[in-house]
Amino acid sequence: METADLKTLRETLTSLADDELILGHRDSEWCGHAPILEEDIAFANLALDEIGHANLWLALLARLEDADPQSFADRLSFWREAADFRCAQMLELPRGDWAFSILRHYLFDAAEIERLAALSQYSYTPLAEAAAKIQTEELYHLRHTRLWVRRLGLGTSESHQRLQAALNQLWPYTSQLFELTNKPGGPVLGVDFRQARLAWEAQVLPFLAECELSLPQGQPLALDRQQHSPHLAVLLAEMQSVARLDPQAEW
Amino acid sequence: MKQNPPLSNEAIWQLLAEIKDPEIPAVSLLEMGMIRQVGLAAGKVIVVLSPTFAGCPALQVMQAEIEQRLRQAGASAIELRLSFAPPWSTDWITPQGRQKLRDFGLAPPPIHAGRLHDALQQPAICPYCGSTHTEVKNDFGPTLCRAICYCHNCQQPFEQFKPL
Repeated sequence: METADLKTLRETLTSLADDELILGHRDSEWCGHAPILEEDIAFANLALDEIGHANLWLALLARLEDADPQSFADRLSFWREAADFRCAQMLELPRGDWAFSILRHYLFDAAEIERLAALSQYSYTPLAEAAAKIQTEELYHLRHTRLWVRRLGLGTSESHQRLQAALNQLWPYTSQLFELTNKPGGPVLGVDFRQARLAWEAQVLPFLAECELSLPQGQPLALDRQQHSPHLAVLLAEMQSVARLDPQAEW
Repeated sequence: MKQNPPLSNEAIWQLLAEIKDPEIPAVSLLEMGMIRQVGLAAGKVIVVLSPTFAGCPALQVMQAEIEQRLRQAGASAIELRLSFAPPWSTDWITPQGRQKLRDFGLAPPPIHAGRLHDALQQPAICPYCGSTHTEVKNDFGPTLCRAICYCHNCQQPFEQFKPL
């Protein structure tokens, strides 16, 4: 593989892993706080799934770096500073209210399925295989969050209002979900994420309209995966605190 | 000191048949269709394992147990490979495995031949009374692989192994 391609592949894997890890952590914050018991269980499961997927991407990255597969994922998750993470900013925002967390998850799940479909055609086989594997599991996430978006959108005036407020806040962030490296626009390693984005829009836009939501006015935010909101450092301070208390601990 | 005789392919399969899924102790890894291949090369035992759900926390427990059992049986060099292609499917659970899941109170998933969308539309079959008058209450349950269902016929809650 060419050096430039290898660099892009590393960046792509880091973005994929960090998206899953950070959203997984936000999911875990609902454990013990979700509005009903079933959702407490569902979000704990979603967290476990997403963090498991992050682990899978990091295992591929470890292989590329020729790093020790046992310790690599922990090292990257617990010992990097905020500036070295490559997650999309939408995923690091605080969990907000239930409508916000549900809508964020739905928008991400729908985007992730299209991203994975594109990546499963990719020429680096280990990545394509992992993408195909994760894709089947994500169907359950999408099915669940879709149900909730409809329920809230067509529910009471308060649930609708909260969901619309969430959409107004989240929508400008969404284009970053299809920019996994700092080479926005064109194909990345032969994978054209613009097609994935069009497929995502074709699915998401009519569904949002069906749930009586309207897209906010205004331009999408121009975001860079090397830049983060202040929320990420706060999240990491909590997520990394236990590992950093005792660097020598074994678990 | 007595040396262990070299392990045969058959002995390895037999040994693996005794290792249970730590989250569903009624079935073995073999019955779950997780062991894809077993081989011996230059004194090394090679086992190819397909993980069920990628985030399954039981995976590490299973890997450790496979290694430990093989070592006890005399294997000195072991290579445990994870395989994602093709991705593990619930279609690979053996007929015996499906029966044991049912006996355990866990509805086996429908055979779907890759058409997962269709499988998700089918009602689970109640493991207690066999009725299809059932409903999914939550796609997420006590482990990643289980959904929580309810049977309107015998009025029992039950769990289903999710089709994958």
